[in-house]
Amino acid sequence: MQPDNKGYFGSFGGQYVPETLIPALDELAGAYEKYKNDSFFQAELARLNTSYSGRPTPLYPASRLTLRCGGGRILLKREDLTHTGAHKINNALGQGLLAKQMGKKRIVAETGAGQHGVATAAVCAMLGLECVVYMGSEDIKRQALNVTRMKLMGARVIPVATGSCTLKDAINEAIRYWITNVSTSHYLLGSVVGPHPYPRIVRDFQSVIGIEARQQMLECDGRLPDYVVACVGGGSNAMGIFHAFLPDEAVKLVGVEAAGKGVESGHHGATLNAGSPGILHGSKSYLLQDSNGQVSATHSISAGLDYPGVGPEHSYLKDSGRVKYVSADDAQALEGFKMLSSTEGIIPALETAHAIFTATRLASNMGRNEVVLVCLSGRGDKDMEIATPYLEVESE
Amino acid sequence: MNKIDRVFNKKGSKALVGYITTGYPDVDTTLKAVPVMVENGCDIIELGIPFSDPIGDGPVIQQASYHALQNGINMEKCFEAASALSGQIDAPLVFMSYFNPVLHYGIERFACSAASAGISGLIVPDLPPGESLELRKACRSCDIHLIYMLSPNSTPERIRLVAQNAGGFIYLVTITGVTGARRSFPPELPALIEHIKAATQVPLCAGFGISTPAQVKTMASITDGVIFGSRLIQLIDEDPSLKKAGQFIRSLKEALDGA
Repeated sequence: MQPDNKGYFGSFGGQYVPETLIPALDELAGAYEKYKNDSFFQAELARLNTSYSGRPTPLYPASRLTLRCGGGRILLKREDLTHTGAHKINNALGQGLLAKQMGKKRIVAETGAGQHGVATAAVCAMLGLECVVYMGSEDIKRQALNVTRMKLMGARVIPVATGSCTLKDAINEAIRYWITNVSTSHYLLGSVVGPHPYPRIVRDFQSVIGIEARQQMLECDGRLPDYVVACVGGGSNAMGIFHAFLPDEAVKLVGVEAAGKGVESGHHGATLNAGSPGILHGSKSYLLQDSNGQVSATHSISAGLDYPGVGPEHSYLKDSGRVKYVSADDAQALEGFKMLSSTEGIIPALETAHAIFTATRLASNMGRNEVVLVCLSGRGDKDMEIATPYLEVESE
Repeated sequence: MNKIDRVFNKKGSKALVGYITTGYPDVDTTLKAVPVMVENGCDIIELGIPFSDPIGDGPVIQQASYHALQNGINMEKCFEAASALSGQIDAPLVFMSYFNPVLHYGIERFACSAASAGISGLIVPDLPPGESLELRKACRSCDIHLIYMLSPNSTPERIRLVAQNAGGFIYLVTITGVTGARRSFPPELPALIEHIKAATQVPLCAGFGISTPAQVKTMASITDGVIFGSRLIQLIDEDPSLKKAGQFIRSLKEALDGA
């Protein structure tokens, strides 16, 4: 679906931002309307998607993982094989090209796990744009490798030591930077969150995942999957793979949030499972908040899912019932992480591992001729340091 | 008549608007500081309701909000503080809150409670006119002015939209940026102010970045009032006896009267 003219998906979305940003959002919406149907722009995006990012990404039948689960077939959409190692490049490339067309010289971005920051830094280097990335000081600690990658590609990485020192605070700071440098900078927001038109723009650039996967399913299997599963933090890889399947009513869509130490513990990032409608980062959507409307602290083993908000279109899809949102906790994510690594030789990102775990549970209860398609949104090299202590404990 | 209108109806005088974060470092300080602000020349008091994610604010107010929340401030305590102050001072009180705490409290319930606490105006920095219909209605029925903002990059259409819906005063953000002291202001400001003045009779107050008597004088000469905040918070930190804060406000008031 498309948002209405005020940027709402049902009752979620909108533009809850300081007045200073309204002209910039209008400018962005205008530019996007112009270039989304511009054949030159689309040809350039398609060319770079192929030659720079490595698209289309393959659809991989995970036979040994399937065998282990003893049920439905598990297929993986390999976004981990894109340049920079995650689906984030799809959006960074699209918005980078758009910013260039708009005559912007500088890009500001936020990053949680660092994957969006790395993708943005890469695109900026390639397009000759200046790049500033805000990253929570807590995330800088747990994703040190990605910080080095961003710096190597010429980005300035600025630590954010306010609030919870994670993704939420990095977005706050990136928005403040944008307010201050609004005429010269483009804010390259990395998920389907934020004020209109961001949720729509990011989804559109990510929708290539689902468009390819749907076609690949039909070509290889002559059928559509029974389930499509993706992890949800802000929700960009999930929107990307879900979007093409929304009209296919027989295809069940499942989003997996981070249950952290357990939803009942209060230390989690399961916004759609445990939140209520509110306003954060410019749009109305489900939100983890306390009884005074203050935004709650979150926890997840994966920095990319450690976020109290979620994209407004997901909130709409939850309420409409089209997508079912479940959660997997830290331990379950680690189980998915190990299982995919050992059965297939594919190390997924810890974010993605939440979806892997849920998919294996689903597959176990499915018939052999049923299919579950998982968005393998990113690779796990960045997470080795976090995962190592857990792996060592178990081998002792 | 709404108390804010009374301030601007006094012929020839300009308004000094002072912002303070409610509950920073504690509610007692707020209750002591506001009378000092009024005694030294503030015509309107802006009481900030702390929010966990203040995207329009610079480091000083971010820190103040964070610490106030750590020290247990919440919506009910903000209402209690406003109530206590409105019984004590005659200057109008304006709440400044991000939208989520208001939405969570309930829009109508918030407007009613604020009015009962003696609040005359409301500033919601992340609620542009296009999203504000419900809150505007609720405020109107409680005789609270919903105060809108304009910024240096506001287009003629935005100025028209704000002019159509404005009440109390229009908050002109003097810089494209967040709150906090600045050295200079954009050169296009006087032309913008002329444009706004041509579009509406609603008084115009300039805020963001203002921290010196010289800046107050410059801004007051082309607007109906001046808003300050971050510097006051710093002075409350520097001197908890509030002497420095009082002197600072007095110096701004003198600059304002001389403009």
